[in-house]
Amino acid sequence: MSEDWEPKIVSFFCNWCTYGAADLAGVSRFEHPANTRVIRLPCSGRVSPKFILAALREGADGVWVSGCHPGDCHYIEGNYYARRKFALFKNLLEYMGVEPERVHFSWISSAEATKYVDVAKEVIESVRKLGPNTRFVKHKAKVA
Amino acid sequence: MLGYTDKIKEISERLLKEGKVDMVIGFKKGTMPMMNEPCVIKKAEDAGKLVWDSNCGINLANYLTDRKEKIGIIAKGCDSRNIATHIVENKIRRDQLVIIGVPCKGMIDRHKIASMSETEILSVTDAGDEIIVKAEDSEKTLKKAEVLQKNCAVCTHRNPVIYDELVADLVEEQKDADRYADVREIEAMSAEEKWKYFDDLLAPCIRCYACRNACPLCYCPTCFVDESRPQWVGKSTDPMDTRTFHFLRAYHCAGRCTDCGSCERACPAGINIRVLTKKLEKDCFESYGWEAGLTTEDRPPLDTYKLNDPEDFIK
Repeated sequence: MSEDWEPKIVSFFCNWCTYGAADLAGVSRFEHPANTRVIRLPCSGRVSPKFILAALREGADGVWVSGCHPGDCHYIEGNYYARRKFALFKNLLEYMGVEPERVHFSWISSAEATKYVDVAKEVIESVRKLGPNTRFVKHKAKVA
Repeated sequence: MLGYTDKIKEISERLLKEGKVDMVIGFKKGTMPMMNEPCVIKKAEDAGKLVWDSNCGINLANYLTDRKEKIGIIAKGCDSRNIATHIVENKIRRDQLVIIGVPCKGMIDRHKIASMSETEILSVTDAGDEIIVKAEDSEKTLKKAEVLQKNCAVCTHRNPVIYDELVADLVEEQKDADRYADVREIEAMSAEEKWKYFDDLLAPCIRCYACRNACPLCYCPTCFVDESRPQWVGKSTDPMDTRTFHFLRAYHCAGRCTDCGSCERACPAGINIRVLTKKLEKDCFESYGWEAGLTTEDRPPLDTYKLNDPEDFIK
């Protein structure tokens, strides 16, 4: 691991909550690390395991999925379905040998800019501790 | 087994003759030993082709997807659970089916038997609790209990869960089977060891998709492995692509897999892919109290939720 290595985190945020919280954190001038690459989705229920595996395959060091608190889903129940999907997904990922700290899930409402900053720091630090991702990454053939 | 075959022929012939069904899906003797072939019988006089023995491991529910006819289907325990899953997922209607239930005492592991013989196996026949294996230069008698498919050895639903006809009396269910011993063994490993374990496990995979095609759950019009825009899963046999494929294949079966063992049976490389689907089966059972295919009334676990589902992994 080189000295100046910084973890790259791909974040899948629900448009109605965490994305708003990230925006609010920015507008409020809260300081937080810039290691995340945010992808905005309509709902945490839209996140498919394919997306998370594809992010890792393309070289993300960590993945963070965040949506609305249970009961607050814009589509009434999307995050309830997501919760079951993520539980099974995370277990299977760990079962296949991926470090549990690579993939994170959270509920953050659009008013919780401070929680957003705290969780962002926590996610980034735990991925930083693990070092660069070597699992589920597809190493491209070297072109001469 | 002979009694089973006769009864299957008799019921099938009757159903076809009376016009209760347009076709019967069952097994006929295969051209290779240990490979009985699924077959569709449409005329009563062809019912004589049907057979039943310990080589009927293929899951016949696979042939029901989106059929419009009235169908008689031979179903052992796992087949019947997959039929129930098909009904829940609107892939077939219950009133289209006449389910001919077969109480099952397990199928034999073709990979295991093949590996026990150095020369080519010419025939494998049932004889009560024993299996007679004839090879080019030898003849062996094996105890059936010792060469059962791994999923059959720990099966707790040998009797069909839904049926209209029965070919024999119900058999006793296995009660003390430890279903998840192998899963727990892997769970106890460190992340490093787990990664290595699956590297070794999946190394022989050639991405032929036989496991997918043999699986009654895999009926999507476009499979995720065939998607190209965007291409979520790499198509090569690069170890990461293979791993992604197996991960997602197992995940798609979450809460639906009945551990019928078709995938493993179909695998030309003999990979024990059931350790992946079984992990999800275990999680669904432990977290949501769900066993697939036991009822047509309840929604499967990923199609429903409870307000107090476990979420200690979410910040």
